[in-house]
Amino acid sequence: MLRSRLTQAACTAKRALSTTPNMLAVKQMTVRDGLNSALDDELARDDRVFLLGEEVAQYDGAYKVSRGLWKKYGDKRIIDTPITEMGFAGIAVGAAMAGLRPICEFMTFNFSMQAIDHVINSAAKTFYMSAGAVNVPIVFRGPNGAAAGVAAQHSQCFAAWYAHCPGLKVVSPYDTEDARGLLKSAIRDSDPVVVLENELMYGVAFPVDDNVTDVDFLVPIGKAKIMKPGKDITIVSHSKAVETSLLAAAELAKKGIDAEVINLRSIRPLDMETIFASVRKTHHLITVENGWPQHGVGAEICARFMEDQHFFELDAPVWRCCGVDVPTPYAKTLEINAIPQVHDVLAAALKVLGSKAGKK
Amino acid sequence: MLRTLSRVSELPIVVKQLQKNAAQSGVAKTNNYATEATVQVNRPFKLHRLDEGPEMTVQLTKEEALKYYTQMQTIRRIETSAGNLYKEKIIRGFCHLYSGQEACAVGMKAAMRDVDNIISAYRVHGWTYLMGVSPLGVLAELTGMKSGCARGKGGSMHMYSPNFYGGNGIVGAQVPLGAGVGLACKYKGNGGMCLALYGDGAANQGQVFEAYNMAYLWKLPVIFVCENNNYGMGTSSERASCNTDYYTRGDALPGIWVDGMDVLAVRSATEFAIKYVNTHGPLVMETNTYRYSGHSMSDPGTSYRTREEIQEVRQKRDPITSFKELCIELGLITTDEVKAIDLKVRKEVDEATALAKSDTELPLSHLWTDVYSHNLEKKIRGTNGFDIDHIQERKGVNH
Repeated sequence: MLRSRLTQAACTAKRALSTTPNMLAVKQMTVRDGLNSALDDELARDDRVFLLGEEVAQYDGAYKVSRGLWKKYGDKRIIDTPITEMGFAGIAVGAAMAGLRPICEFMTFNFSMQAIDHVINSAAKTFYMSAGAVNVPIVFRGPNGAAAGVAAQHSQCFAAWYAHCPGLKVVSPYDTEDARGLLKSAIRDSDPVVVLENELMYGVAFPVDDNVTDVDFLVPIGKAKIMKPGKDITIVSHSKAVETSLLAAAELAKKGIDAEVINLRSIRPLDMETIFASVRKTHHLITVENGWPQHGVGAEICARFMEDQHFFELDAPVWRCCGVDVPTPYAKTLEINAIPQVHDVLAAALKVLGSKAGKK
Repeated sequence: MLRTLSRVSELPIVVKQLQKNAAQSGVAKTNNYATEATVQVNRPFKLHRLDEGPEMTVQLTKEEALKYYTQMQTIRRIETSAGNLYKEKIIRGFCHLYSGQEACAVGMKAAMRDVDNIISAYRVHGWTYLMGVSPLGVLAELTGMKSGCARGKGGSMHMYSPNFYGGNGIVGAQVPLGAGVGLACKYKGNGGMCLALYGDGAANQGQVFEAYNMAYLWKLPVIFVCENNNYGMGTSSERASCNTDYYTRGDALPGIWVDGMDVLAVRSATEFAIKYVNTHGPLVMETNTYRYSGHSMSDPGTSYRTREEIQEVRQKRDPITSFKELCIELGLITTDEVKAIDLKVRKEVDEATALAKSDTELPLSHLWTDVYSHNLEKKIRGTNGFDIDHIQERKGVNH
């Protein structure tokens, strides 16, 4: 069921952008394979690049993102660590300071809290503290956000946590193109980049054209992508919430409302130019994220509008659709309702549009 | 005396060359004196999981003697100056002095090769100087001025230079970082290694053991150095550690205990350790030492230990005094040379201190300079809006 919804969302997105009539012939690739091929490309491209983390080598990755890479690149480049996040994150940062290009995999970002000191104090701040002497080219990556049925300690979004910190770059891919292009850009970047993947998206296939599979394909960090253009309301989201937003946009279309869906792709830098440009057209904005509301990504976008001339472009207050402000529960019904559903986004859009919604 | 002193002339095995002309030292003296001596390390090394240890009998040349004495004395003067600047409220925030521990750093540096690296915690003024930063670079960093080695942006705990990775303010975090630097050495195959220094306080941080474990599994060229000065802030090692034999706490990792007040013992142990880690993988080295000052300047350092204890170490174990006496006894350095070095060091540090005080801070624009090495955002949010441009002046070393 989930899969069919995702495919539907993907097709909605593709249809909106596609200019070729034979889109069904386009190659499909899962997010997992997008990430795997990105790692493969960059390992082949630069000898200094190596992957380390729990189960990344012989086990082929806890979520099989690194499948086949150990066999191809061997022990030197694909390093299995013990279960010791603080230690191996620190080792990875030290190696980056000394000239290598580590990719540090957290089995999930929930475990990155064990190592958050190295992500922030050791990686993010060193370039500034050293007055521009020591930059730290490292990637921290792994699945982020609520998975399915894994309860509170394994279900949370770290976008706001890491995006809070100057010195870090934070990306949050949605589909295969995002995952592949952003990871490759992150590995080539000379600053620390946090790549927040989504476990629930790993197995989802998206259409990719030849451009995406090219070894030099990159998605620029700091640029959002308009997934579906529209003129009535802007829906901004990231990661799996992009899918929710696209599905909601499809529902809105049935009501005659033409929503523009923006996939942030990067959380820091935050591409406000794209959001501002969209709101100049739509004059209405909602944000959709699976993370918590307080000090979240949506909260930041609201604040940016409050402080900018674009506040006057708004015909209604910005509204946030976020995860419910509770630790994630295990029970299925409760869990589903802990993150925004299509009907929540729909309701938020209709609320923001107010009486205009009925006129569409 | 701590050391079995041997007059050079009394030891037939000693290489003793008489040098007629002492002019190279700049001292107008015509006395004959030795240019090299053999010295016995007085306090034996203790070993853990090692069949053989460092050399107990070491050679010391006149040139080395002058260098080590100058280095230790310079560190002592820098720290004295730093302490005064702090009391004058010119140095702000943190200021952790290394006085008493000089032989550890100078001994280790003496053994390091060009390919070797070091990372330490927050007591790093001395190391920064040893790794090539001038006394002004250190003192101006402490006063927050633009001549500082991090242009005043890092402060007391965040100084860097080539092969020196800081300067870390989070107790214990530098240990896995150092293991990572070691990993980079091995990965690049450049034959280098990394000294990862921490104190007896940090020795109880979990990540230290995480780093030991992985370094051992991966045979990383890392010397984990526990500078045991007996107190983690105000908590004595006995009150903090179930096992105060820090050189044994690496479990499977071999360990060496060394008298950290003896520069030659530290040098010998480090030479041994460098060879060892490049062949076999990591090792733990405990340097037994003492800090004269409190943990930082806000700590008088007398509530958890007695003034008598400090005095006793100063009188009986001071690393500079004992080395000076040894060198004079061996005929490697004359009292006149000592005086000349002391004067030179004092003058150099005094001048640096004056400059560090009179220097200016960076212009305000540096508040928003060099946040990213590859900048993607034009603006940085100031206190009152997105009104400032991110300036990128430097790119960093890793590209």
